[in-house]
Amino acid sequence: MSHGPSAAGGSLVAAPADHAHEPHVPVFTGARRQELDMILGRYPTKMAALLPALWILQEERGWVSEGGMAEVAGVLGLTPAYVKGVVTFYTMYHQHPVGKYFVQVCTTTPCNVCGAEDVVKAFLQHTRCGELGLTSPDGRFTVIEVECLGACGFATPVMINSDFLESVTADTVPDVLAELR
Amino acid sequence: MGYPHKPHARESVVLSEHFGSAEARTLAGWRKRGGYQALEKALGMAPADIVSVVKDSGLRGRGGAGFPTGLKWSYMKPGDGKPHYLCCNADESEPGTFKDREIMRWTPHALVEGCALGAYAIGAETAYVYIRGEFTEPLQQMNAAVQEAYASGILGANAMGTGKRLDVHVHKGAGAYICGEETALMNSLEGKRGNPRIKPPFPAVSGVFGMPTTINNVETLVAAVEVVKRGAAWYKGFGRPDNPKSTGTKLYSVCGNVARPGNYEVPMGFPFRDFLHELCGGPLPGRKFKAVIPGGASVPIQTMEEAEATLMDYEGFVAGGTMLGSGGVIVFDDQQNMVKQIARLARFFAHESCAQCTQCREGTAWTTKIMERIRDGHGTYEDLDTLLDIGEQMTGKTICVLSDSCAVPVASGIRKFRHEFEALIPKKQGTAFVAAAVA
Repeated sequence: MSHGPSAAGGSLVAAPADHAHEPHVPVFTGARRQELDMILGRYPTKMAALLPALWILQEERGWVSEGGMAEVAGVLGLTPAYVKGVVTFYTMYHQHPVGKYFVQVCTTTPCNVCGAEDVVKAFLQHTRCGELGLTSPDGRFTVIEVECLGACGFATPVMINSDFLESVTADTVPDVLAELR
Repeated sequence: MGYPHKPHARESVVLSEHFGSAEARTLAGWRKRGGYQALEKALGMAPADIVSVVKDSGLRGRGGAGFPTGLKWSYMKPGDGKPHYLCCNADESEPGTFKDREIMRWTPHALVEGCALGAYAIGAETAYVYIRGEFTEPLQQMNAAVQEAYASGILGANAMGTGKRLDVHVHKGAGAYICGEETALMNSLEGKRGNPRIKPPFPAVSGVFGMPTTINNVETLVAAVEVVKRGAAWYKGFGRPDNPKSTGTKLYSVCGNVARPGNYEVPMGFPFRDFLHELCGGPLPGRKFKAVIPGGASVPIQTMEEAEATLMDYEGFVAGGTMLGSGGVIVFDDQQNMVKQIARLARFFAHESCAQCTQCREGTAWTTKIMERIRDGHGTYEDLDTLLDIGEQMTGKTICVLSDSCAVPVASGIRKFRHEFEALIPKKQGTAFVAAAVA
C-alpha cells in the first residue's frame, strides 16, 4: 500500500536510466516455470496465478517491466493490457526500477502519533534521497511513505525490501542504514 | 498479551497463550500444546454438527462486522454438486490492528487447523489464506506450517488418515487495503483488480471462482478451533452474564500514545477503563489520554469520558457510540492535534479507495483536501459544514463501506473535537465574512 510517485509528489527515477529499455529475458524457464506450474495446480483457473506469477517476476528482475508483463500474459493466456490493469491496481509491484534498498516507512495515524514523520525525515536525510519517491544519487536507496503496515503497536515499522523492521525511531535510522552499507 | 510482555493477570489468554514461544510455531511444539486435537475431533463429526456447536457457542466474526460465524457457515448448502471454498481473510490492514499478524507469527498451525476445520464444516476441500504482501514474517511462518502439515499427512488427499481431501493454500496479496473487503479479496484471489463486488449475490451463493464460499477472519477461525476442542458452553462462559450476544475472548491490538502497546486478550464485557489504565499501563509519563478509536480506523472516535464508561463487547461499544470493529485500539494523548490526525486518516482512505464508486473516489479526495486545508490554517467555518455534508453523501451509497469509513472519523471528530477545528480557522477571515454579510 505504498504511495506511488504521484502521491509522493515526485517521480521515480530509473536507475540507471537505460535500464527500462533493456530487452526482457524470460523468467519462466527451468525451476521458475516448475514453481509456477505447481502454483497453477492450486487454483481452478489460470488467471488466479497472476499475482503469484507477478511476484516471481519481481523477485527475479527487481521490478515489473512491460516485457515482463507480456511474458506473464503469454504464460497465463491473458492479454498484456489485462495484466497491466492488474499490476497498476496494486502498490507493491514496482513499475519502474527502484534503488537497491526500497525503504517503506509507515506514516498512517497510529504511527504518526508516535513520530513516524521524523523517521521519514531521517531516512530522506541519511540516504541522501532528498525527496520521497526519488532514488538516491548512488542508486542504492528509494524512500517512500506507506499506508498502515499492520504493526501499529511496534511504531514505527519500516520495510526495507522484504525485511520488516519494528520500533524504528529517528534516532535509530543511522544504525539501520549502517547495517546495509 | 504474551509477547513481548507476559500476559497481564487480568487477561484471559486463549488464542494468545503461546505468543512468544518459538517452539509453538513448529508442528511438534503445536501438537504438544494440544494442536490438531480439534481437527481430529471435527473430522469424526458430521459437518452439520460442527456448525451447530459453533452456532451454539455464540462466536461472532472477529474481522469487523461481528456476523455470527455458525450462521454464516450454515448458509453453505451441502450436496449442491458444486465445489465449495473457504477463504481466510488475513489481509489485516485496518489501521490500528495487528492481532492476526501475531496469530500467524506465533501460532501458524492454529490457523492451518482452523482453515482445515472450517473447510470441512462447510463442505469445502480447499481453503485459501489471503495474506497481505507486506506481512513477510507471517507469510514465512504460514508457508512453513502448511508444508509441515502436508508432510505429516494432516493436509492432502487423505487428511489425518480419514480419506477426506483437505487443502490449504497461502496466497500473497500485493498491497491494497481494499482487498480486506471480502468480495474484493475474492476478485484479487482470482487474479483481478481488487474491486469489491455488488451484493447480492452473497459469497455463500457465488463467491470465489463463482462457487459457494465462506470467508472468515484469522481470529475467528482460530477461535473456532478452541470452540470445537473445549465446547460451546466453555466458550459462552467468557462474557458478562447480562449480555449473551457477545461471547468468548477477544484479542485487542493497542497502539498510539499508550505506555504498553501490544496485543491483549480479554473476555467480552471487560471494562474499557481498566483495560486502558491497568493492562495497557495508562498514558505515557506526564501526559493525559484525550481520545480513543477502539475498533480500527473505520469506527467513530470516542472521548476519554465515553471510553472509560464503555464495556468491551459488540453491544457495549455500540452503547458507547462506536463499534468493536476489528479490535484495533488507537489511543491519542493531549499532545496530539485531532485535526491533523483525522486529516491523516482521511488521506489513508483517499489513497486506498478503489475508485469504482463516485461518492468514494471523489468524496475521500475532497475530504482529504479540506481536512488538510483546515490543518494548515487555511480553513473556514463553512468547511466544517461542507465536510459533514460530503460525509452524508458518502454514507450508505457505495458498493462497499470504505467510503463510509472515511466519513465516520471526520463526522465524529467534528462533533466531539469541534474546538480543535475552530482553533485552526483564522478568526480574521471569519470576522471579515460576517462584516461583509452585514454590510
